[in-house]
Amino acid sequence: MNKARRNLAHSIAAHTLLLSYTILALFPVFVILINSFKTRKAIFRHPLTPPNPDSFSLVGYETVLKQGDFFHYFQNSMIVTVVSLFFILLFGAMAAFALAEYRFRGNVWMGLYLALGIMIPIRIGTVAILQMMVASGLVNTLTALILVYTAQGLPLAVFILTEFMKQVSDDLKNAGRIDGLSEYAIFFRLALPLVRPAMATVAVFNMIPIWNDLWFPLILAPSEATKTLTLGSQVFIGQFVTNWNAVLAALSLAIIPVLALYVIFSRQLIRGITAGAVK
Amino acid sequence: MLWAAWFAQGIHGGNMQTTVRKQRFKWHIVVFLAPAVLVYSAIMIFPMIDTLRLSLFTQEGSKEVYVGLKNFQTLFHDPNWSGQFWNALGNNVWFFIIHMLVQNPIGIMLAAILSVPTLRFAAAYRTVVIVPTILSFVIVGFAWKLILSPLWGIAPGILDAIGLKSWFHPWLGKEEYALTTLALISVWQFIGIPMMLIYAALLSIPQEILEAAECDGITGFSAFWKVKLPLILPSIGIISILTFVGNFNSFDLIYVAQGPVAGPNYSTDILGTFMYRTFFGYQLQLGDQNLGAAIASVMFAIILVGVCIYLFTVQRRLRRYQF
Repeated sequence: MNKARRNLAHSIAAHTLLLSYTILALFPVFVILINSFKTRKAIFRHPLTPPNPDSFSLVGYETVLKQGDFFHYFQNSMIVTVVSLFFILLFGAMAAFALAEYRFRGNVWMGLYLALGIMIPIRIGTVAILQMMVASGLVNTLTALILVYTAQGLPLAVFILTEFMKQVSDDLKNAGRIDGLSEYAIFFRLALPLVRPAMATVAVFNMIPIWNDLWFPLILAPSEATKTLTLGSQVFIGQFVTNWNAVLAALSLAIIPVLALYVIFSRQLIRGITAGAVK
Repeated sequence: MLWAAWFAQGIHGGNMQTTVRKQRFKWHIVVFLAPAVLVYSAIMIFPMIDTLRLSLFTQEGSKEVYVGLKNFQTLFHDPNWSGQFWNALGNNVWFFIIHMLVQNPIGIMLAAILSVPTLRFAAAYRTVVIVPTILSFVIVGFAWKLILSPLWGIAPGILDAIGLKSWFHPWLGKEEYALTTLALISVWQFIGIPMMLIYAALLSIPQEILEAAECDGITGFSAFWKVKLPLILPSIGIISILTFVGNFNSFDLIYVAQGPVAGPNYSTDILGTFMYRTFFGYQLQLGDQNLGAAIASVMFAIILVGVCIYLFTVQRRLRRYQF
């Protein structure tokens, strides 16, 4: 009896704490989203009430869609993220396969060399990266961003995928060799399909930082044609500071794709983290 | 732990040694490794070394001239620069301290509550706590700026409702509060990461250990303090070093919320924004890439020292607790 009551008290306390944190975590997003659909007057008078027929207005969205090229920014972000992820996964898996499968001189050192970048952020090299991109004429191209993000994502990708490549059964690969498969065929047809769950984890880990990055778009590709959604909304909002409708609508337009992606991938993300992929 | 595992497994990996010993050079190994190694070396390692090199040079006209450690001397002692530099460094340390004192304990607490096996809706809570982490700095920075703005009045309105209206200040606009406020916003954004990593560590504690403790009468809070906490110390070490590296390399949130000048009056300036301003210039000051490289080198040194302390002391001592 006493114990049951104590358990109930514990569980109420736990839910109270978690619920208050939930409110704290969602409150800013909620406030931005509801106010983006309201008239200017309603935004200031009743900031916390959802839009009703009286206060409903899309004027912010109209301004944003007229003035800012959000669709174009979105496209740039999409291209950069998808292409970078493709190269991170392909190159990362190839290197991981080599490190896990073959015993060669310098194997351990190669692994350590590739792992260095897990801890040391690529931003440290920005000055020289910009010099290099200027010299090779890649400034203000999406290629520059893709190269940087691929390099940035590789260390962790190689590290995680090597662990999983080691778990692919040797018998299976040797059976393939006896059947006359080349090493390349063993990689693409036997090993790669088996580490697909780990690849999904790596993809989700890399997707968010690439999509949200502001530093490299700002430095390497600030031109109108190559702005990513993150940089585009930053510049746009900076120009419209006093037009609250437009600012709130722009923020909502930036939130929605990320939230949509999260809803699709949240299970993969949480499973990836809790599977101890990052030990 | 990471590195030790890597070493141990690296040595035992591979099974081709005996069968292929007499064959020709194994080109496929080169083909598999080349793309990753080339991109990584060319875009990450080489620029990093080149940045360290650039910090020892200066531009005279269009020529690079070797000046030794003069750039660092300028940063540390020149009255035009040293004030800004030490200010940025000090602010960065404070930024990190707030994260360690607020983000990690709250993250651990949330993880501990979430990992209680009888808790209902755990999956829903888990999903929600990560939402801020996936938002970009632009969204987070502007959203909080609007909410804390005295113009809009959401924050003063809420404080008024609970009778604390006099507590309200335009926090982001006051020198004495701005940095701490931004650090707390950053904590709000990133709390999901320590929470999830600790949560994973808590789930991986073998059930037998907890049952054995229960037989000895250790349950509830004391089970957390005496049994679980020592077992998750390695994960706490990892989240600490991740926080350290992340904080000493952060830039975006401050840039979005306060601009490149990190106002008011440089009170929110950290190494990342200081490096950006020095490198690109702002207002009347011209950009100086060599001085920018020197600041990057200082950041590199700080991060390297932190990572080494972690790898050689913290992590080594913590390994004893592993099972």
